[in-house]
Amino acid sequence: MNIIVCIKQVPDTGSVKIDPTTNTLIRSGVPSIINPFDLNAVEAGLSLKDEYGGRVNVITMGPPQAEEALRNTIAMGADNACLLSDRAFAGADTLATSYTLSMAVKKIGDFDLILCGKQAIDGDTAQVGPELAEILGIPQVTNVSKLIEVKETTIVVEKELEDGCEIVEVERPCLLTVTKQVNNPRIPSLKNSMRAKKAEIPVWKAADIDADEARIGLKGSATQVVKIFEPLKRTDSRILQGDVDEMMTELVGELRKRV
Amino acid sequence: MNYFLTEEQQMIKDLAAKIAVEKAVPLVAELDEKEEFPWEVMKTLASSDLFGVYLPEEYGGFGGGVFELCLVTEELSKVCCGMGVCYAASALGTLPILLFGNDAQKQKYLPDIAAGKKLAAFGLTEANAGSDAGAVATTAVRDGESYVLNGTKQWITNAGEAEVYTVIALTDKSKGIRGASVFIVEKDTPGFTFGKKEKKMGIRCSATRELIFQDCRIPKENIIGREGMGFIVAMKTLDRARPGVASQGVGLAQGALDHATRYSRERVQFGQAISSFQAIQHMLADMAAQTEAARALTYAAARMIDSGDDNISREAAMSKLFATDVCMRVTTDAVQIFGGYGYMREYPVEKMMRDAKILQIYEGTNQIQRNVIGLALIKESAKKK
Repeated sequence: MNIIVCIKQVPDTGSVKIDPTTNTLIRSGVPSIINPFDLNAVEAGLSLKDEYGGRVNVITMGPPQAEEALRNTIAMGADNACLLSDRAFAGADTLATSYTLSMAVKKIGDFDLILCGKQAIDGDTAQVGPELAEILGIPQVTNVSKLIEVKETTIVVEKELEDGCEIVEVERPCLLTVTKQVNNPRIPSLKNSMRAKKAEIPVWKAADIDADEARIGLKGSATQVVKIFEPLKRTDSRILQGDVDEMMTELVGELRKRV
Repeated sequence: MNYFLTEEQQMIKDLAAKIAVEKAVPLVAELDEKEEFPWEVMKTLASSDLFGVYLPEEYGGFGGGVFELCLVTEELSKVCCGMGVCYAASALGTLPILLFGNDAQKQKYLPDIAAGKKLAAFGLTEANAGSDAGAVATTAVRDGESYVLNGTKQWITNAGEAEVYTVIALTDKSKGIRGASVFIVEKDTPGFTFGKKEKKMGIRCSATRELIFQDCRIPKENIIGREGMGFIVAMKTLDRARPGVASQGVGLAQGALDHATRYSRERVQFGQAISSFQAIQHMLADMAAQTEAARALTYAAARMIDSGDDNISREAAMSKLFATDVCMRVTTDAVQIFGGYGYMREYPVEKMMRDAKILQIYEGTNQIQRNVIGLALIKESAKKK
């Protein structure tokens, strides 16, 4: 089974702050990590490979330092990785990103399965996986929480819904986005860590994947971020005290005043 | 302090630290309480190739030595000394095969041990043969193509969990310890059973049991070296394993120091963090200086062994003695800094102090280490004359 896993390098959310004057993320000094859901996607790919054989190819679009994230997936056991990095890709929204990834997938060619994390923890859009499947014209299942069975031409998975689960059988090739429930990402092995240190990671530019210039980067983006800001902290909130009856009476009174 | 690790050594250390923090930490308190063997952590160490760091590449290892073994043991012991000993004791059980085994024995056993598919254990101690290792009473009698083992080994780490045991038994009682030999015994050999799991003060996730041999018949090919070499094999094995115990001490001391330093900045008394008091700062400073000195001595001893030097008994004993005495002091002081909270099981340093004590006792009590060092000093002085 030939598997392509798409990952994203994101700032470690635990340490991200917003500059209140410029309203932008303060990225300097913030460590980068692989988007946690993408680690689950890598693990899903590796465990399918362990069981059914095949290859796991990891791709990411990002700045040159995203190479480190790719090396970490090789340390986990991925066979190959390639980095899509070009100034022309800069400023891409989810549409331009998924178009770029789709062109890389076409260049790789033969595949049975594409795996993505359900969303990235920085943008939280959950759009790139589904858009990539649409552009490639293949079926998709989002929020996969369990890989149940690989059959001759299909794969059976469990999909998380808000109020339950759904078992879906889907034709391959297809795209799955996975949740945290799907597995526990493995710790790298020493042998693969050594391999990762030495691995050649090709860098593909727009021209290498025959990308249409009008569909990549800022130019190819249908949306634009106007402003990022931290919601104002409300200063007029008040915590009621006393016994429940007193607090209820006061609360109802306050609400009546405002209706 | 910078110990100038190679890129590979740094990779081993980082990987061991990642496993310790991500896989071991969540289990430490529970496994201590339930006295359960840390199989999940051992399996992760195995799949990460860390059981082979000290074994030659031709047997599936990484090609490192005692130093690499120490790096992994230290990182594990920072979070749980019990897990550290489960790992290190497997190496102790493997060393006789690595040092004195023939090629067939190495081919048969080392690859599975390097891959972490099998754990090993070392069986020397008996009820009446502790510090006096020469008082071993277990016997191995040659009978045709076999040896027949009888006797009981006591307090054997990894017993019951390990698959491969290296066991010291007398092949010639009349010669005393000079008549001892070492044998490889596999789990599930008829006549080989285990005693009950011992209940211990510390390192409670590790398994300690008796090895019981009742007319246990093993192939004659399972002897390591020749008949009568047992004492030499055991002593050379222990010399090489001692920096491993030292690194348990270094790791455990470092773990306790880190907890104590963090806690001292959080704990407020008299309106300020207790870390602002010189009394606490001085304790932390002493703990840090001693731990670093122990680490430097341990690394130096390990590197000396890996250099191929054969005259290492004194240095190995010094590292074990010093690092484990430091560990006992540092963990005790960590509890002191935590005060009443430190005495409670809800906080991690209580376990650390319990775990530390065994380090001064097993693999040669610290009194025996002083004997080894003292003897080496006297021999050296006599040579100079």
